[in-house]
Amino acid sequence: MSSVTLHDVRFVEPEGTRNYVTHDYGALSWLLTKDHKRIAILYLFSITAMFILGGFFAVAMRIELLTPEGDLLTSDTYNKFFTLHGIVMIFFFLIPSIPAVLGNFLLPLMIGAKDLAFPKINLLSWYLYMIAAVMGLYIIITGGVDTGWTFYTPFSTQYSNTHVFGVTFAAFIVGFSSILTGLNFLVTIHRMRAPGMTWFRLPLFVWAMYATSIVQLLATPVLAITLVMLMFERVVHVGIFDPALGGDPLLFQHMFWFYSHPAVYIMILPAMGVASEVVAAFTRKKIFGYSFVAYSSLAIAFLGFLVWAHHMFVSGISVYSAMIFSFLSYFVAVPSAIKVFNWTATLYRGSVALLTPMLYILGFIGLFTIGGVTGLFLAAIGLDVHVTDTYFVVAHFHYVMVGGAVMAYMAGIHYWWPKITGRMYPEWWARLAALLIFAGFNLTFFPQFVLGYLGMPRRYHAYAPEFQVLNVMSTAGASILAAGYVLPLIYLLWSLWYGRPAGPNPWGAVGLEWATSSPPPMENFHETPVVTWDAYDYPAMMKAMGETQNV
Amino acid sequence: MLSDFPLWPDQASTVAPGVDALMTFMCIVSGGVSVLIFVVIFYLAIKYRRTPENQIAEDYEPPKALEAAWIIIPFLIFMVMFVWGSWLYFRIQRVPENALDIYATGKQWMWKFQHPGGQREINTLHVPVGRPIKITLASEDVIHSLFFPVFRVKADVLPNRYKTMWFQATKTGRFHIFCAEYCGTLHSGMIGWVEVMEPTDYQKWLAGGAEGSLASQGEKLFQKYACNTCHTNDATGRGPVLAGMYGTPVTLTDNSTVVADENYIRESILNPQAKIVRGFTGIMPTFQGQVSEDDLLKLVSYVRSLGAQKTPAVPVESPSSKQTSAGSPLNPGAGIPPQPNKGTTP
Amino acid sequence: MSDITLTGPAPEPHAHHPFLQHHFEDLGQQHEASTLGMWMFLATEILFFGGVLCAYWVYRIMYPEAWALAAEQQNKLYGGINTIVLIISSLTMALAVRNAQLGKRKATVGMLFATLIFGSTFLAIKSIEYWQHFHEGLFPGTHFTWNEVPALAPKVQLFMTFYWSMTGLHALHMVIGAGLLIWMMMRSWRGDFGPEYYGPVEIMGLYWHFVDIVWIFLFPFLYLIHGVHHG
Repeated sequence: MSSVTLHDVRFVEPEGTRNYVTHDYGALSWLLTKDHKRIAILYLFSITAMFILGGFFAVAMRIELLTPEGDLLTSDTYNKFFTLHGIVMIFFFLIPSIPAVLGNFLLPLMIGAKDLAFPKINLLSWYLYMIAAVMGLYIIITGGVDTGWTFYTPFSTQYSNTHVFGVTFAAFIVGFSSILTGLNFLVTIHRMRAPGMTWFRLPLFVWAMYATSIVQLLATPVLAITLVMLMFERVVHVGIFDPALGGDPLLFQHMFWFYSHPAVYIMILPAMGVASEVVAAFTRKKIFGYSFVAYSSLAIAFLGFLVWAHHMFVSGISVYSAMIFSFLSYFVAVPSAIKVFNWTATLYRGSVALLTPMLYILGFIGLFTIGGVTGLFLAAIGLDVHVTDTYFVVAHFHYVMVGGAVMAYMAGIHYWWPKITGRMYPEWWARLAALLIFAGFNLTFFPQFVLGYLGMPRRYHAYAPEFQVLNVMSTAGASILAAGYVLPLIYLLWSLWYGRPAGPNPWGAVGLEWATSSPPPMENFHETPVVTWDAYDYPAMMKAMGETQNV
Repeated sequence: MLSDFPLWPDQASTVAPGVDALMTFMCIVSGGVSVLIFVVIFYLAIKYRRTPENQIAEDYEPPKALEAAWIIIPFLIFMVMFVWGSWLYFRIQRVPENALDIYATGKQWMWKFQHPGGQREINTLHVPVGRPIKITLASEDVIHSLFFPVFRVKADVLPNRYKTMWFQATKTGRFHIFCAEYCGTLHSGMIGWVEVMEPTDYQKWLAGGAEGSLASQGEKLFQKYACNTCHTNDATGRGPVLAGMYGTPVTLTDNSTVVADENYIRESILNPQAKIVRGFTGIMPTFQGQVSEDDLLKLVSYVRSLGAQKTPAVPVESPSSKQTSAGSPLNPGAGIPPQPNKGTTP
Repeated sequence: MSDITLTGPAPEPHAHHPFLQHHFEDLGQQHEASTLGMWMFLATEILFFGGVLCAYWVYRIMYPEAWALAAEQQNKLYGGINTIVLIISSLTMALAVRNAQLGKRKATVGMLFATLIFGSTFLAIKSIEYWQHFHEGLFPGTHFTWNEVPALAPKVQLFMTFYWSMTGLHALHMVIGAGLLIWMMMRSWRGDFGPEYYGPVEIMGLYWHFVDIVWIFLFPFLYLIHGVHHG
């Protein structure tokens, strides 16, 4: 049980203390920083830029797909655009997004530490990311790549005439950025928790980052070696994956998906962590079934390693293999379902505030549910034969990655914006953007389920005329979605100068990050906090704070 | 009105209704659960909204039995989906007996179809309705995927390996064929039509253009590449007798057995050292690079025809005994119908 | 409102150790964090090498004859000597860690130097092997020539691909290890290490032992395949 007093929860510094932004000035003080908060801001700029780049490719594709003929872009250009959209969005936006921005900023704060375990390695992670990003940009400008982000052989090794080597090398480098971030987080969570911060007092966001980091650490090296072999084959033409020389193209697929399936859990687990934090804060309640939610993160991380060949049901694996992977895929759906039900149950008898972060998260829960259940469709192998490699799959993964992970990322950005910047954003504009994104997203991607079942294959530059109506609906949705994403860029920037200053805890939430000033000082806490309260112990914390926060 | 906005393609095969039934089940269950969650969230968010009177939540935890319920019940539902999906998958993968053989080759960026009688088509496939059709697939370059939305089947087409898929069409008409695995520039142009016809119309179409059956063309290649110099019709040849071999188990030099199917024959032409028949040495040269994918199909068809029970492709005296029973290693000279020596003597 | 006195442990009264990084509470936490970090890094290396080893095994099962024939091209003597050299280097490395823990400066430098010598011996012998193989035409690609059993040549080339890439990656890790050893030697000479601070040498040891263990797998896989007998 908790015995909390006011001075346990108010670690606010006196007036005039410099925060991490005002601590020192100059470009070098940012580019050579070792502070996790500054590194998080560096990442914020980088991934926002990459999101815009990836979004540009998406907009171009959706405009092309307004008409059945391929009349806006050449076939080769279109193929490069969907390839680059995938590579940029997955490797350079989604995988880093929540961990590298929110995780970096918040993890030490949430556990009461001064920084991550290895601050210099943290900076190295960002530089590896930037090197890879610059390489990627150079490749895009000098011709791009057209293999699909999945690089299937022998097309990528023997037949493509684009910068396959360059792009796989860039992906190889950005993989190490991911590995080092995961390593840093794992050691930090194990060794740097403040006194009294036991495992089961940790915020669920920390549990989620822990599970994510396990996957980043163990899955990414397999991608690295697969890409090394791909690069070797591309340059030397030895037949590792070339059937004419005795190689096996399916070996590439197995090795590629052995990473790339866990990679999707790298993208969704942090989002689930954000969801837990926002639901708790905006219901002012402990998440129902805290330990189940914590364990389910670990279960998803573990089971996620066992299901990779569900991407290969029609590739030529045996019927019995297919059955095993189908069964395991249903298994991994169970912990995700647990979380959705637990978040919903938390609302019961809570104090629900429908502010922007909560709107995003309620949208996340809904859209992730749809994305998740359509995964069940794909796991039914008899059904998968028909819908795999069609727009059904495209719709499914956009529901979980965009409707899921990106919505949660937006929720997290808004929820912790006051902490990161010391400013509030304009609430009504933010709500408008959230609704535009939700509506635009559904209009963009729901028709694609139908398109897929009707038989429209994916990666098609031109399509059969009967698919046009649904494609037009999808593009219309995309324009609303784009508008929804542009709004936050504007008002969040605006808030940096004109937003209402935020106090240390504008939401009245529970968590160590709210017990320090906004923005936090460089060393997070003057003295190491000693934790004597349970996670999300709202009743005790509210009583200790002495006043209710009318938000 | 509804036909203007279809939600599913035509059902034109024997498995299509089953696939659509599973889809309907999935939609109802998933849709139902999703709607239930949305409604509950909506209701709870409004009922327990934050007001000046409701600033802090009550310290209340729902019973833990709920947790167990929503672990076990979804898992059971998932198992139903798993079993149904697997059962359907078995139906889709298991090729029935007496299927009509079609050979499909995918290459950037077209589909080539060959009928057993030698009729060839590009990007169009004529098939009879009401009969199982087995398609043997090969790629000449990268991975493709042959997809018939109305039959609800697709299979990836790989280089250097044969795969099979099958369907049985249930209605006549003209339906889409798509390539469903990205294969380069004109991936979205690698499309065509399957024309399902009444059996009589199909026979008429077949009669329209044949350049000799695949097997007879294969026989010509068998002589052209001098295969018959070693693979004679009796035990004196330097290579195993091929007549009657197709479809039977063959014992190899390491005492393992393989079934002499299309993949085995193809591999033995391209990589003869891989699986050498017991009793023979590895003197067969490789024909990798000399025999095209099309020619390989013809040679395989020819060897298949030698194993068939019905009249072989070349006129012979009627067989005096049946071919060797399945399960015993190939025994040269025993029970093979004698055939005239066709090639030059070694 | 501005309540700033806090509970929490008072700062340590002893002098700040020169190598204590400011975000750690004490040397003990720093040591545990670095060691755990190195173990985690080694886990990634297991997955990294494991990937290529898996691919190697898939083809070994598919092409046992070619694999056996290709392994016969290897120089077992050099490989065997290298194995012994590496095992001894692990011994000297372990002794270096021990000496650092005991604060024996010169002995630490000596053992690190011995490890470096053995590691360099390994790399030298490996270079000779590579040079010989290259001149025998066994580097995959356009210069590959091997005609003993022409039908198996592509598969033997595939084996060689694995040989060169696996031993090449291993050698790269050894070169990095050699650089790290030199750095450790310099720090050791400077007197950085003692009973209360020897972490860097210890994690150097972990890395070096791991690189050794990888070789213990590579040697039998690439050199010691038993031939397949023809009937």
